[in-house]
Amino acid sequence: MSQTQADDVMKSRPLYGRLVPKQGSYHFIVADGEGGEAVASLLNAAPDMKPRAHIIYIPGANGTDLTGMVSGLGARVFHPAPSYASASQRINKVLGDAHMGLQLYAAGTEGLIGQVQRDAMAAGLPHDALTTEQRGSLARRVQCVHCKGITENVTLDPFVCAHCGLNLFVRDHYSRRLAAFQGVCIDAEDPGEVPPSEERFK
Amino acid sequence: MSNQTRMNVTVTEVVEVNSLIKRFRFVREDGGAMPGFSGGAHTVVEMDDNGTRRLNAYSLMSDPADSSGYEISVRRDDSGRGGSLFMHKGVKPGMKMVISQPVNLFGLDLRARKHLMIAGGIGITPFIAQMAQLDSLGHRFELHYAARDADLCAYGAELSARYGERLHRYYDVEKQAIDLANLLKTQPIGTHLYVCGPKGMIGWVLSTAQKMGWPKGALHSEEFLAPPVGEAFTVQLSRSGVSIDVGPTQSMLEALEAAGIDAPYLCRGGACGQCECKVDAAEGEILHYDHWLSDDQKAAKTHIMPCVSRFKGERLVIDL
Ligand code: FES
Repeated sequence: MSQTQADDVMKSRPLYGRLVPKQGSYHFIVADGEGGEAVASLLNAAPDMKPRAHIIYIPGANGTDLTGMVSGLGARVFHPAPSYASASQRINKVLGDAHMGLQLYAAGTEGLIGQVQRDAMAAGLPHDALTTEQRGSLARRVQCVHCKGITENVTLDPFVCAHCGLNLFVRDHYSRRLAAFQGVCIDAEDPGEVPPSEERFK
Repeated sequence: MSNQTRMNVTVTEVVEVNSLIKRFRFVREDGGAMPGFSGGAHTVVEMDDNGTRRLNAYSLMSDPADSSGYEISVRRDDSGRGGSLFMHKGVKPGMKMVISQPVNLFGLDLRARKHLMIAGGIGITPFIAQMAQLDSLGHRFELHYAARDADLCAYGAELSARYGERLHRYYDVEKQAIDLANLLKTQPIGTHLYVCGPKGMIGWVLSTAQKMGWPKGALHSEEFLAPPVGEAFTVQLSRSGVSIDVGPTQSMLEALEAAGIDAPYLCRGGACGQCECKVDAAEGEILHYDHWLSDDQKAAKTHIMPCVSRFKGERLVIDL
């Protein structure tokens, strides 16, 4: 599968690159869903990384599960996890114990990349430290500006906030700190006047 | 237009730190508090050197918490254009001078988990202010300071007394060198690296860090170039139509100012980009000395940085 193409609109809208090998002492790779394919091309392009590579892989929310393939890539450490939340402690531990020179990679959905970015910045890394590649579902992590609740894997626009039930329009306005797009009530003026939902983030 | 407010100050102290370096303290003539600054900031000192007006940037080395005065250290450069010689020979306590408000082009990134600082020679000065700031904030830092010998390691002993283990000194004459590869390898995630010193040292530190996988956003450096001396040349200004002669020990920016033109600047050292000027015509060679323009821009002769760069050839016309 090819790389996901995203159309860029707003300045805060993140842009992603490709997983290319970087010079460094240790390679820490976090991927979900189709991101596993990007990890495979990364390690195949630079097999000498393998003895110093640590992979955390999470199956995609859309059902794509490449755990078997990724576990066979030959990385020094492979750790499967059911969700980002369950892997988060491990990710923060690896970042907390590491030294400068560690290279950090994230591949897969925007929600995953954003969360790795957020944790990397919380560990004190500058925002240019992460190598990213967006693959697979375009589903977004969206924060409702009204109740502040975050809804994961949003594919429809508008959608119903999983926390407060408002009809939210998904903006391109992105917060690095929250690793989420902004969702704003679409029918505040005329309650109930909600345009039909479209599958915008497949 | 320099965008800088100038302050009238009095020199209250001139201290000979070692055979090459003198320290100066300025307080405001009106007795008021100095504007606040953060570690890494510099001030531009105006000098009237026998009729030649010189403006040199110097890092502030006093504690940012001290609003009663500013301190700078000046290293004498016997082969330079005369600014440092003027400071050394001409400036005495009680003298009135004009300095600019502080500008910081070498600030700390306070999101860092740790600050690793590398100083060469007089490059120690911005770090003295930064360490005072970090120490009062309780942030983690460590400084590695290389100098030719103990005498030229200005402030080394007192900084060691103040910061203990966090300070490491290296003397060239004793063949002590910073073990850079090892140092960079053992820094915790979230460390930011700062380097100030001679050009060779900055290049060595930054390229080693990049090779070892340090992200660019964690690397900070400052190098003030003294404007180089060179052959005299003439520059034409396309907007006003005047021609200005630039003397051998004068920078183009200084020549513009001497002719009454209020040209923009901040660092006067080829680093900040503020003085960038479009070139309308250049029949000859532009001697680019800045590290602001890209290599492509330099080769294309489309822009020039008047604070440091010079010209050799028939005709230079700039958009000013
Ligand atoms: S004044 Fe800063 S580059 Fe010229």
